[in-house]
Amino acid sequence: MMPGPLHPPGHLAVAPVLAMAAWLALAAGARAQTTSPEVAPLTPAQWPMNYWSAFGTQAHAINGLLWGLIWLSIIVCVLIAVLVVAGIAIRGRRGRQPATTPVERSGNGMAWIYIGVGLSTLVLVVYVGWTVATMAGIARPPAAPALTIDVTAHQWWWEFRYEDPDTSKVFATANEIHIPVGVPVSFKVTTADVIHSFWVPALGGKTDTIPGRTNTMWLEADKPGIYRGQCSEYCGEQHAQMALRIVADTPQDFAVWRSKQVAAAKPPTDDMTKAGLQRFQLRCGACHTIRGTPAAGAVGPDLTHLMSRTTIAAGMLANTPANLGGWIANPQSIKPGALMPNIELSGPELQAIETYLRTLE
Amino acid sequence: MATADYEEMPQISSLADDPGLPERLQKIWETKPGLYGWIATVDHKQIGIKYLVTAFAFLLLGGLEALVMRVQLAQPGERVLSPEQYDELFSMHGITMIFLYALPVLSGFSNFLFPLVLGSRDMAFPRLNAFSYWVYLAAGLFMYASFLVGAVPNDGWFNYAPYSLKTYNPGPNMDFYALGMIFLGISTTVGAANFIVTVMRLRAPGMSINRIPILVWGTTTISVGVLFAVPAVSLAFFLLWCDRQFGTHFYNADSGGQPLLWQHLFWMFAHPWVYIIVLPAMGMVSDALPILCRRPLVGYTVVVLGTVLTMVLGFGVWVHHMFAVGLPLVASSFFSGASFIITIPSAIAVFAWVATIWTGRPVFTTAFHYFAAFIVMFVIGGVSGVMTAAVPADLELTDTYFVVAHIHYVLIGINLFGVLGALYFWFPKMSGRLLDERWGKWGFWITFIGFNVAFLPMHLTGLMGMPRRVYTYPAEAGWGPINLLSTAGAFLLAIGILVVLADVIRSHRTGVFAGPNPWDAPTLEWSIPSPPPPYNFALIPAVASRHPLWEDRLQEGSGRSQLDRGFVLDDGKETLATTVLDAEPDIILKMPEDSPWPFITALVMCALFTGMLLQSVWVSAAAGVLILLCILFWLWPKRRLLQVARPQHG
Repeated sequence: MMPGPLHPPGHLAVAPVLAMAAWLALAAGARAQTTSPEVAPLTPAQWPMNYWSAFGTQAHAINGLLWGLIWLSIIVCVLIAVLVVAGIAIRGRRGRQPATTPVERSGNGMAWIYIGVGLSTLVLVVYVGWTVATMAGIARPPAAPALTIDVTAHQWWWEFRYEDPDTSKVFATANEIHIPVGVPVSFKVTTADVIHSFWVPALGGKTDTIPGRTNTMWLEADKPGIYRGQCSEYCGEQHAQMALRIVADTPQDFAVWRSKQVAAAKPPTDDMTKAGLQRFQLRCGACHTIRGTPAAGAVGPDLTHLMSRTTIAAGMLANTPANLGGWIANPQSIKPGALMPNIELSGPELQAIETYLRTLE
Repeated sequence: MATADYEEMPQISSLADDPGLPERLQKIWETKPGLYGWIATVDHKQIGIKYLVTAFAFLLLGGLEALVMRVQLAQPGERVLSPEQYDELFSMHGITMIFLYALPVLSGFSNFLFPLVLGSRDMAFPRLNAFSYWVYLAAGLFMYASFLVGAVPNDGWFNYAPYSLKTYNPGPNMDFYALGMIFLGISTTVGAANFIVTVMRLRAPGMSINRIPILVWGTTTISVGVLFAVPAVSLAFFLLWCDRQFGTHFYNADSGGQPLLWQHLFWMFAHPWVYIIVLPAMGMVSDALPILCRRPLVGYTVVVLGTVLTMVLGFGVWVHHMFAVGLPLVASSFFSGASFIITIPSAIAVFAWVATIWTGRPVFTTAFHYFAAFIVMFVIGGVSGVMTAAVPADLELTDTYFVVAHIHYVLIGINLFGVLGALYFWFPKMSGRLLDERWGKWGFWITFIGFNVAFLPMHLTGLMGMPRRVYTYPAEAGWGPINLLSTAGAFLLAIGILVVLADVIRSHRTGVFAGPNPWDAPTLEWSIPSPPPPYNFALIPAVASRHPLWEDRLQEGSGRSQLDRGFVLDDGKETLATTVLDAEPDIILKMPEDSPWPFITALVMCALFTGMLLQSVWVSAAAGVLILLCILFWLWPKRRLLQVARPQHG
């Protein structure tokens, strides 16, 4: 006969049930926290990428359905776990052995299947309806978009171009954009190389960037704040370091920011920055553009207003002088595989370039 | 498989009348000992165990890769792995677990069990069976050889174009994967054909289709699925290889190709594949759980129909992997609806298992622990799947750790827990010895707790916005503590698996003898000794119900199965073929001897794929010719198999 004692697995499914409850409590707590009215520097403050709390029109619509699904899932899991554990506790006996337990077809049990499957089907039908209604709700923005931004994903950074009927007002920037709150913004999303996915969780769902295609989507922020996004389709070595930020401004702040971005870079004033621009043109200008200077490369990010951005290297580093200098000197040690090469810069050269770049407000 | 045109009925006898029969059959069926026998055997039991051992070896490799990744992710900004190494590891982890562990382990059980539960002496095509195993092993080693040359596949198991094209991936990394998958597809395809024919023709007399065990239904259903799904992926990888080697333009948008073509072809295969690697495990649970509840399964017919329906619907939901690619609303709605509906057949199985527990008398063996946990894990993996079927929610959930949690609840919860339960249940039949219950329960609880600690919190990491396939993450994202917890859980899970493994190794040598039927189970495999003799059944049994060994107790039907009296079939290697639906005795099959040709053919095919990898026309051409020669030797007509006309007598 079988060796060893046989213990009843009475609390078999208690672990996942408890963990589920803990998960729920944590999520609900965080939800309460992050919907507090103060505008934190990064919104939502604690987990800037979470999407159980919404800060945009589209995200609100998705959020209702998402929480509906989360609750349904938890209820179903707990219910089935309880049924399994209770069945075991009620029908099982400690120490029972297969060979000595009689075999019997007691009751046919089909009612379980009829009721269980019937209820499941009903609930599913409700959720299909809810899903389709939500899909229709977010398919189009609630009002005509105030602004269209072209998004081009690159390995591993984001290029943004603000459309404008007046071509002199079209401008490009990278990795960090501003939008006005309270109005829908339209995004035309494509890629320069492989498939990426454009995603700012607190504002809405993701859209893949497909070579040879342009996908359109829209987002609307309902509170000023900084919303973090990140590439969410695997795109190679530095997929992990391809973040972006959307800064939602009041319409007034946005207008100010936009007019500054449209302007070309201020010309250098002192010897150091003049030398810096000259070295930049020579060493960096093949890839980077600074509007108002001869540097007009189209491979890397537009740096015309570099200092107006809070991060560099696609959200990887805070835009501090130390980080900027380190990045220019040795990008490959910071972000291995990045398409920006290590170029051999002399000490004075590096200093001049960095000093010049820091004037690009 | 060849058929004999006997002029007279084969002899019917019993062991009492013919006590020398087992000895005669042993001589006819046994495999020669030693290396030759190990390579040449066509015994389905030996091949099944080879499959199981190899699949578990790949499980350990894939697990090791996962543990290294979990160390890298334990805290933000960790530098254990370079980005390139991390990408290679997550790719190989997926490839290993999904292709080299999950289906092969189920094929191992099915190979071992099919003839035993069906009352046959072997699979329909024994040499093809051996070939299927050797090709699987060769394809697995072929893909793992990429580690030796330092060019490991690095675009994930899903391998999206254009990142997998030469422009972005110039090394041979992707060629290893593309060619390896085409190679592996050969094994999967011939294996599936073998299962299907075996079920249709090699059942014991009387085992009409409504008496077939559910595990057989599971594997047969997915085998039909394999025949439809694998061509899509073999084609996809072949086109990819052409794009890479010959500059064709299937996936390259710059020259008019379509990167999304890859996604459609891949998911047309890969979504059905998810059902392919869980339905046989569900089948094993549907057969074994009721035995441990001491009653027949509740709702046999609806569970079988649910199994088939799941596979059929499984072919209509592939686009739910692509909701974010920018689809028209109507297309998204259709695939969303289909993905909701596929839950219904799964719900049938869940409620059938719950009902079986509630109307039975559960016996708390280790296998029962795994099966009970399986039900709950199944539901957790199922509902998170429903969440991703809702398109708007999926636009947030997709490509986050939420989906990582989901896929692991499906693959570990439904495949691994089912497999470990099945291992504790059928190991006595394979080895003749019981696994240790005390070790088994320790192994179960450690595995169970470790798994849930590792993966339940990942739902939350996903809701906190952590994307998949990132080699690191910033501290400001706030994902650190939960990742640390997941890493701890992963190590606990690994310890649990090692305890199970230790139990297998120990009990294999020192376990308590099981006897033919340790669980007092009702199906044919338990009517013969453990381990079964090479010929399985001395006399071909005749079946009168779904539960031949429980008939007297269940009072099922009027007829009784005949296990101690039946066809003798001892004129060389023979077994009986029956009709497709009713399993009436039809013809006698002449079964092939052990043969080295399946092994040699697989070896030469490996040379062919290596030649293609090295882009050497000469190696490939030479290997191609050799393969044709191998097949010629393999299929050379043999008089013993009645493939040569008999000499005409006067």
